[in-house]
Parts: sequence; structure tokens; C-alpha cells
Amino acid sequence: MSEKTNSEDNPGITRDTIKEEKDGDKLRELLETLYQQYGYDFREYSEAHLQRRIRNVMILSGMQDMSEIQSKVLNDAGFVSKLLHNLSITVTEMFRDPGFYKSLRENVIPVLKTYPFIKIWHAGCSTGEEAYSMSILMQEEGLYDRTTIYATDFNQQVVNRAKEGIFSNALIKEYTANYQLFGGRASFSDYYTADQNNAIMNQSLKKNIVWANHNLVTDSVFAEVNLIVCRNVLIYFNKGLQNKVHDLFYNSLVSGGFLCLGSKESLQFTELHSKYSEADRKNRIYKKKY
Amino acid sequence: MQYEAIVIGVSSGGMNAMNILFSRLPKEFSIPIVLLQHIGPHSDNLWIKILNNKTNVVIKEADEKEKIEKGRVYVSPPNYHLLIEKNKTFSLSIDARVNYARPSIDVLFESAAEAYKSKLIGIILTGSNSDGTNGMKRIKECGGLTIAQDPETAESGYMPASAIAAVKVDHILSLQGISDLLIKIAKENNAPL
Repeated sequence: MSEKTNSEDNPGITRDTIKEEKDGDKLRELLETLYQQYGYDFREYSEAHLQRRIRNVMILSGMQDMSEIQSKVLNDAGFVSKLLHNLSITVTEMFRDPGFYKSLRENVIPVLKTYPFIKIWHAGCSTGEEAYSMSILMQEEGLYDRTTIYATDFNQQVVNRAKEGIFSNALIKEYTANYQLFGGRASFSDYYTADQNNAIMNQSLKKNIVWANHNLVTDSVFAEVNLIVCRNVLIYFNKGLQNKVHDLFYNSLVSGGFLCLGSKESLQFTELHSKYSEADRKNRIYKKKY
Repeated sequence: MQYEAIVIGVSSGGMNAMNILFSRLPKEFSIPIVLLQHIGPHSDNLWIKILNNKTNVVIKEADEKEKIEKGRVYVSPPNYHLLIEKNKTFSLSIDARVNYARPSIDVLFESAAEAYKSKLIGIILTGSNSDGTNGMKRIKECGGLTIAQDPETAESGYMPASAIAAVKVDHILSLQGISDLLIKIAKENNAPL
């Protein structure tokens, strides 16, 4: 390292830099332990993001450095589940990017309508908001009864929450605005029952959703589907892992099936780019070639 | 000292401030700049185009996993946090808002400090919240150079004042002072050793 030049202005820097390097090693050590002992594989996640989340856990738990967290992980299963929760939870919204759902209705639904049965996979469903959005869309299109939605996540805690389908009224307010921007055909309040604090999604929306535990990093193909929605999940992975998961998606899609990514994600620099056509470039909807 | 990147955090009053700052930077300005402007979740980042027309440097939205190159100005996309990896590529995240903001200046600055250590310049400009203060702290701890806009010269002085109160920043300057300093540093960067 050539950090030395700065040591005159900042006497502490050389030592700090060494500590930083060690922190990087300790992060890798921690991820290795999580994998070897508990089977959760974060080794190919983007580091900057993991660093941030782990630091948050350390602050909340009053820990000073990475060695403390390492020994806690080895000895305290309760802490591990808390850590996993922090590493995996992603923030999601119903009808996030309303334009995307509009495009689904215009560009994807007409194709899905031609199938007798429709299988949709929400990969990395987190707390379920996007799966419920899909249920609503399919109901409004009159396709729900022949649709099965597989909503999967590797974090059992969030799958359980998703299954309950309970969201705070503050969130529902945001989702209502998204739903209106999307151009929903009903009143959003038709889809839930609310008390003073929370709203619970209608049973009819849950009927054809299969909630399941599936790990994109370590598990394999479990169904052949017509549509995969995986938005803003792969951004947390490094390039190598992204390519692996794209293989998994490719092998899970029927020919002519659709893959939907987040608004800032793209197939452009992946190995599978040539095997899809762009159904809607702006909204990142890709169609598997025949 | 060779600086490898500049991160800039700006909130309310940002359009004017950036116009002044960027119109003064020469085309050959080579240190990459990562610019975080607080924007609404549904923004189309049209202001990048507007700013591009008024400046010499090339400004673009940062792409997921994009490698940071010399001579470019990158802007955070709306509704995502922007982070810098140790291999000098961008990562995006949709984690919860930080300081009510997504993108958040703290998230960018803290990851940039880890990635560039002492070779980073952090700049806080006009704004009316305290986002960026923790990030400036981290940049300072990692040995980077910290600059705050003089709150008296800012459209909204709260954000730079918050950073100044928490961190012993290296320079407190007007926008003109900041651009002069950056041009001087870039020249020194290019000078043969």
C-alpha cells in the first residue's frame, strides 16, 4: 500500500489503514463461519453493503469490533438469527415503480392470457409486498384463478410475515398512492381490512400464493415458470453470484417466459444477455428467446 | 498527495450550487466526482441533462457495478442508496432511508471512506438536514480531506453547519473557494512527482 505519504498530515492513518485491512479479513472470516456453521452463504454479497449492515448490528448490540461479533456468532444462536435478519431484510413496497406494473399489464399479461395455467415466481419476496401486488394485478385481469404465485425467500422470518399479510396503515397510505399511479382498476381499500393501526390483506389474494423457503445462492430450480420477478435483489450480490442466479432463472423459465429486474438492474453485462430479448427496456422486462 | 475521488453531498439549494461549482471546473478535470443530490423517489434525474448542458465535465447517472473512471462525474439514481466497493465499483441498495433520505449522503460517504481511505475528498454543500455529518466524520477518521461550504454562503446553511459542528473539517469555503481548491488539487495530482 502507498498510504505512507499521508502519514505526516495524519499520524494515525497508517495504523488505521492496517486496522481497516484487518476488518476486511475479519468480515470474510465471519461470512465463512456463517456459512460453515449455519449454512447461510453471504460470501458473494457486495461487501460495502454487508459492512454497513454489520456495523449497524454492532452499534445496536454495543460491540466494539469484528472479533466480538465473531465470537458471538460462534456461541449464540439467538444472536445469529438477529444477524441474519439484519443481513437479509430488504425494504419493499406494493406497486413500487408504478410504471413497471403498467408495463406488465400492457406487455406481459396479453401473453400470459394465452396459457391455460400461469406460474409466477417472486424470487426474494421479502415481506411479500410485490407478491400481493401481483395477486391484485392478476385478479383485475381475471387471471387469478389459473395462476399460482410462488413467493420465496431464504429468510423464514420474513416469509412468515409475508404470509400474514399485515401492513401498517402508514405503509398502506404509500402503497395506495403507488396503486393509483399504476392505474389500478378498483379502490385499493377493496383489497384489505383495516383497524386503527394495521391493514390485513384479503384472504382471496393469498389463496393462490405458495410461500416457501428458497435460497437463491444455494438452492436449485424447483419449478418451470412463465414469469420471474426478482427486483432489487441481485444488486446485493457480486458479479459472479449474479451470473449464477441468472443461470438459475434461465433454467426455471419456459421459452418465451419473462424475467423482470429492478429499474437499475440489467442483463446487459451478463453472459445470458443474448438469450433474452427486451420486452420493455425501460422497465427491465426481458423475454427468454425460443 | 494524490487524490483518487471526490464525493459531494448536497440537498436543498443544490441546483444553483452545482451550477456554480461545475461550470467552473475545466473539461480536463480528471479526479472522478460522485455527486449525491437528495431527490424524490419518482424523479427522472432530468436535472443531469440540464446540468450537463451548462458544464464542461461529463455528468452521468451511476450504474450498478459500474467501474469508477477518471474524468467523470457520477450522480446517484433516485430511490436507491449508492455505495462504493473496495474495487472502486458502484453498488446500489434499497435499504431503509437513512436520515429520511434515499439516496443518503452518509451511506455514500461512509462506503467511499472505506474504499478510498486517505485518497478521498468529501464535500458537504447547501442543505437543510444533517445527512452527511456521519459520513464526513468517517472520511476524516480514514484520513481523507474534508471540505464544507461556508454556511453563511449557502442557500441553506444547516447541512454544512451540522458537519462543521461534528467534524474538524479541513476547509470551510464559498463555492468559488471550493472550485478553486479542487482545480489546484487536480493540477497537483497531474504534476510529475
